[in-house]
Amino acid sequence: MFERTELNARNDRTQALVKVLFGVMTVLLALPVLIILGMLVVRGGPMISWEFLTADPTNGMTEGGIYPALVGTIWLVSVALLISVPIGIAAALYLSEYARDTWMTRAINLAIINLAGVPSIVHALFGVGAFVLFFKFGTSILAASLTLAIMTLPVVIVATRESLQAVPHEFREACWNMGATRWQTIRRIVLPNSISGILTGVILEVSRTAGETAPIMFTGAAMFLPFLPQSVMDQTMALSLHLFAISTQVTDVPEELPYGVALVLIGLVLALNAVSIGFRTWLRGRKKW
Amino acid sequence: MDSPTTATQFAIETRKLNLWYGSFQALFDVDLQVKQGIITSMIGPSGCGKSTLLRSVNRITERLGYVRTTGSIEVMGRDVYAPEVEIVQVRKRIGMVFQRPNPLPISIRDNVIFAHRLHASAGRRLPKRERDEIVEKALRRVLLWDSVKDRLGRQATALSLEEQQKLCIARLLPVQPDVLLMDEPCSALDPKATEAVEELLWELRGDFTILIVTHNMAQARRASEECVFMLMGKIVEHGDTAEMFVTPRFEETAHYIEGRYG
Repeated sequence: MFERTELNARNDRTQALVKVLFGVMTVLLALPVLIILGMLVVRGGPMISWEFLTADPTNGMTEGGIYPALVGTIWLVSVALLISVPIGIAAALYLSEYARDTWMTRAINLAIINLAGVPSIVHALFGVGAFVLFFKFGTSILAASLTLAIMTLPVVIVATRESLQAVPHEFREACWNMGATRWQTIRRIVLPNSISGILTGVILEVSRTAGETAPIMFTGAAMFLPFLPQSVMDQTMALSLHLFAISTQVTDVPEELPYGVALVLIGLVLALNAVSIGFRTWLRGRKKW
Repeated sequence: MDSPTTATQFAIETRKLNLWYGSFQALFDVDLQVKQGIITSMIGPSGCGKSTLLRSVNRITERLGYVRTTGSIEVMGRDVYAPEVEIVQVRKRIGMVFQRPNPLPISIRDNVIFAHRLHASAGRRLPKRERDEIVEKALRRVLLWDSVKDRLGRQATALSLEEQQKLCIARLLPVQPDVLLMDEPCSALDPKATEAVEELLWELRGDFTILIVTHNMAQARRASEECVFMLMGKIVEHGDTAEMFVTPRFEETAHYIEGRYG
C-alpha cells in the first residue's frame, strides 16, 4: 500500500526540473555582477594609484587623475544627505508614529511611492526648473544636491518607516500605559531599536546617490573643472559625470581610463555598502527581543 | 489628586458606565465599587466586558478612536473622565499589567526606573545612588531582587516570563500608583510562575488596590478577596470571593463557576 506510483515519479521529475531551473536563474542573475566587477578590476585595476586618486585630470581629461571628481561626488552626496535624511526621518516618524489613517495620509503615502517611481531625468528637469532657475541657486552643488535629495527622499522615508514598524507595537503600548508621551516613547524606545535599520537605509541611499548622473548633469556638475568647490554655490565635477564625459564626449581617451574611474566609483559604493552591512550586524547584535 | 480630600472607602467606583465600540455596546450601566487595598478579581466568559471595564479605568480604551463612554468612573474619589484630568497623571496613578509580559527592550534597571524618569524626575538624570535605591526597593517589593541583583544591566527581555511579569509590576511601583490593573497577568505563565505571581499579589495587597481580570476560576478563588462576575457587559454578582464560590446568589454565576459555559 505504500508503493511508489507513476504519479509520484512524475511529480518528482517536475520538482527536480523546477529546482534546476530556478537555480540556473539565480546563477544567471549573479553572473553580470561578477562579470562587471571582474572586468573593472582586471582592466581598471592597473589605473588605480595614489596619484590617480589625488591628481587633477590633464590634457583634455585624457590623462592625470580624478581628484576633483572624487571630492565633488563626496560634496554632492554629503549635502544631499544633510537635506534628505532629517526631512525623511521626520516625515517617516510622523507617518508611522503620529498620523492617523485618513485620506490625507493615504494621499501622502501615494505621493511618496510615486516620487520613488519618477525617472531620474525628470528629477533633473525639475531640479533645473525649481532650484537652478526659480530659486536662482544657479548650477551649483546646492541645486544638484537638492535635486538628489528629492530623489532619495522616498527611499529614506520608506526604509525608515519600515524599521520603525519593525519595533513591536507592545513596546509602545507599554510606554504609553506608563504615561509616556509619543515623543518620549519614540526617543527612549522606538528610535534606539530602529536606528540600525534607518542607518542601513540611509547608507544604501548614499551608494545610489553617488552613482546618479542625470539629476546632477544640468543642475550642478561640470564636465571639466579642475578646481575644488569652495562652497555649495560652486559647480563641481563628479565621478559619474566624469565617467560619462570620458566615455562619450572626449576623444583619444586611453581605453583603460573609464574602467579606472568606474572602479573608483563602484569601489566607493561597495565600501559604503560594506560599512552599512557591518554596522547593521553590529547594531543588531545589541538588540534582543 | 495628590491628597484626596474626600476620604472614600472605594478605590474605584463606576456609576452607570456604558461603553460602545462603534455601534457595539460592550458595557451596560455598570455600577462597580472596588474596595481600597484589597484584591478584587473579575471573572466571566470571553467577551463579557471584563477587560473592557478594566481598560476603561485608566482610559486606555479611548486610544481606539471609535470608543464612546458614558457614566462615570471615580478612582480614589476623583472622576478620571473629568475634563480637567491630565491623562498622563491617570496613567501614573493607575498602573497596568498585561497578559503577555511586556518589559521594554532595555536593561532591567532602566525598566524599573523608566516610569519614574518619565514622571518624578522630569527627564533629569537622578544621582546614581538615589536611582539604585529606587530600583532595589521596587525589585525587592516584587520578590525579584535576589535573582536579578547581579545582572541589573542585562536586557530585560532575556528574563524568564515569570521574572518579566514581576518586572512589569516592579516598574509601576516607583511612581507610587494607587491602583494596579491586571489583565490576565498569569495566562502566559506556567503553574509554578503563576503561583509565584499570585504570592506576589498577596504581598502587595494593602498598599495597592488590585483589580485583576482572570479566566482562571481557581486563580480568582485563591488570589482574590472579592470577586465580580460579569456576563454580556453587565455585572451579575459582586461579593466576597469565598462566599461567591460556595453559595453564588445567581444561577448564571453558579453555572459559570461550575464550568457549564465560558
